[in-house]
Amino acid sequence: MKLLEFEAKTILKEYGIPVPRGRDAGTPDEVELAAREIGGPVVLKAQIPVSGRGKAGGILFADDPAGARKMASGLLGSTIKESLVNTLLVEEALKVDKEYYLSVTIDRVAKSYVVLASIEGGVDIEQVALASPEKVSRYWTDPLSGLDKKQAREILARFDLSDDTAVELASMLTILFSAVMDKDAELVELNPLVRTTAGTFVAVDARMIIDDNALFRHEEFADRSLSREDETPLELEARKQNLAYVDLPGSTGVIGNGAGLVMATVDLVHHFGGSPANFLDIGGGGSVDINRRGLLLVLSKPEVKGVVVNIFGGITRCDFVAQAVIEAIEESGTGKPIAVSMMGTNEAEGKRMLDEAGVMNFPNMEEAVQGLLRVQGGH
Amino acid sequence: MSIIVDQGTRVIVQGITGREGRFHTASMLQYGTNIVAGVTPGKGGEEVEGVPVYDTAAEAVTRHQANTSIMFVPARFARSAILEAVDAGLSTIVAITEGVAHKDAIEGMARAKQRGDTIVIGPNCPGVISPSKKTKVGIMPNHIFKAGRVGIVSRSGSLTYEIAWHTTRAELGQSTCVGIGGDAIIGLDFVGALKMFRDDDETEGVVLIGEIGGNAEETAAAYIAETGYPKPVVAYIAGRMAPPGKRMGHAGAIIMGEMGTARSKIDAFAAASVPVADRPSQIVGLLRV
Repeated sequence: MKLLEFEAKTILKEYGIPVPRGRDAGTPDEVELAAREIGGPVVLKAQIPVSGRGKAGGILFADDPAGARKMASGLLGSTIKESLVNTLLVEEALKVDKEYYLSVTIDRVAKSYVVLASIEGGVDIEQVALASPEKVSRYWTDPLSGLDKKQAREILARFDLSDDTAVELASMLTILFSAVMDKDAELVELNPLVRTTAGTFVAVDARMIIDDNALFRHEEFADRSLSREDETPLELEARKQNLAYVDLPGSTGVIGNGAGLVMATVDLVHHFGGSPANFLDIGGGGSVDINRRGLLLVLSKPEVKGVVVNIFGGITRCDFVAQAVIEAIEESGTGKPIAVSMMGTNEAEGKRMLDEAGVMNFPNMEEAVQGLLRVQGGH
Repeated sequence: MSIIVDQGTRVIVQGITGREGRFHTASMLQYGTNIVAGVTPGKGGEEVEGVPVYDTAAEAVTRHQANTSIMFVPARFARSAILEAVDAGLSTIVAITEGVAHKDAIEGMARAKQRGDTIVIGPNCPGVISPSKKTKVGIMPNHIFKAGRVGIVSRSGSLTYEIAWHTTRAELGQSTCVGIGGDAIIGLDFVGALKMFRDDDETEGVVLIGEIGGNAEETAAAYIAETGYPKPVVAYIAGRMAPPGKRMGHAGAIIMGEMGTARSKIDAFAAASVPVADRPSQIVGLLRV
């Protein structure tokens, strides 16, 4: 779960990371009020869960509250990088002397956490690492002992930093690491962390991604986890129903059991000249009901002109899936073609049920995809 | 031979009294797996499918000389179940559980590594099956497998079944199929499995089933190229059409920026002279065994 910038900053502030003075605002009135409270020039930042918003016009500077209000009227309700802007973060505009980069994230290969520090902040860290590797320091933490201040100092030792700066940055690294551990984060990033012309360190931007699988022990995100700005309405509906669903831009619905098999089916639809409209993994061992709801959800998308259902049943019972398909066709009254491939547990019974109900079914996934595309039309 | 499991495998089932635990214990027993005990805290003294249940892994291991665990515990208890299995001295731990938190998986893998001789498979995996040894420590459907010559290592469960079925129908059969799991943090990885298949005389060729997310496939391709891997390998990558930034069903399958794309993985295998099938049905034809 990606937190919005102001949410990440609220958490980090509690841990002792300095952030610019400011607050979130949802209307031009609130923006003007916030700007008045802050006093002086302010920056307005669209709260959307995608990077690169600055270049896309999502970060604006205003000299006074009236100007902030005017800019907010244009920004609120607009769409930036396909995300609707309904919240702005209003912050004091700082005079920046130097920008740094600090982050802690998960390293799949090392099976641990990796800490990154750079003396070049404000830009894409991967590009800095490629262009000037000497400006980036990486440190892989011991998964059983974590990160202490001494190690944090070692990470920074390769840079030519003043003692004060090194102490300050090392302290922030250990704080970030604690926040990652406490909040079950996959990523915490300060970019840029700036030293102002007055000599203080402030996290001007912050990103935080929480591990969805750890939300069970984080009641503080319970409300937050209901809405995710990067979801489409169908994806949100699917998540409420505990279905793993992703919208795609095409016209052929794709349902299967197991993420790999569904991805392979999506790829096959494309391979045979179709365009996948979605990805729906009904998982393993699903009941008739969950399979039925899954098909109804896919059929509800107007762009869907036909659906391929690909099941390789281990835990999943083919007769349950067949029952679900038959019920969903009846319930929706759909005339859209549906092609099924089913193998594995109770396959013969499932196929018999589909045959009796007149539902197209095929001996394997390739024939099902081709069979559907032949009759679907308009893809 | 086979890898990871054989007739000497003595299995305990952690979470044996749950719905999944019961169902798959019956299926594994039917296949021929030597399940010696089950573990569910508070349920010691009960029996499931004739298998005695204990309160702790340590007790089950001591009483029955078990060397392998398969776990069906809920995700929130996975951390403690893995640590318990590691501490009980098991040499192989198969974690079927989906949805394990990264932090918990990281700690579990680190503790297993610290112990030195423990292989963890998964989490979020279908397990491991060696048809010629009549041993399955996993959840795969029994009837699609057939003893034979192909080793299969896969990040995806149901896609493993699909591809195993192709090798069965082609009369090639399988030496061992191991599903290493789809999560970001897993124990045994592609390279670990490839090393085992290299030394396994029953395995004549390897099918590697990858998907988008991470760079485990790129690492495997580099290993194959650098070591001049002695057996033919064919790869398949699911998720060519996956959009960046969206989780395709589970935590591991996500493209982040340039990282984890199907293109990058396919190119890496091409550079290592590993044929990559466009479709699952092409794999058998590309495998020179």
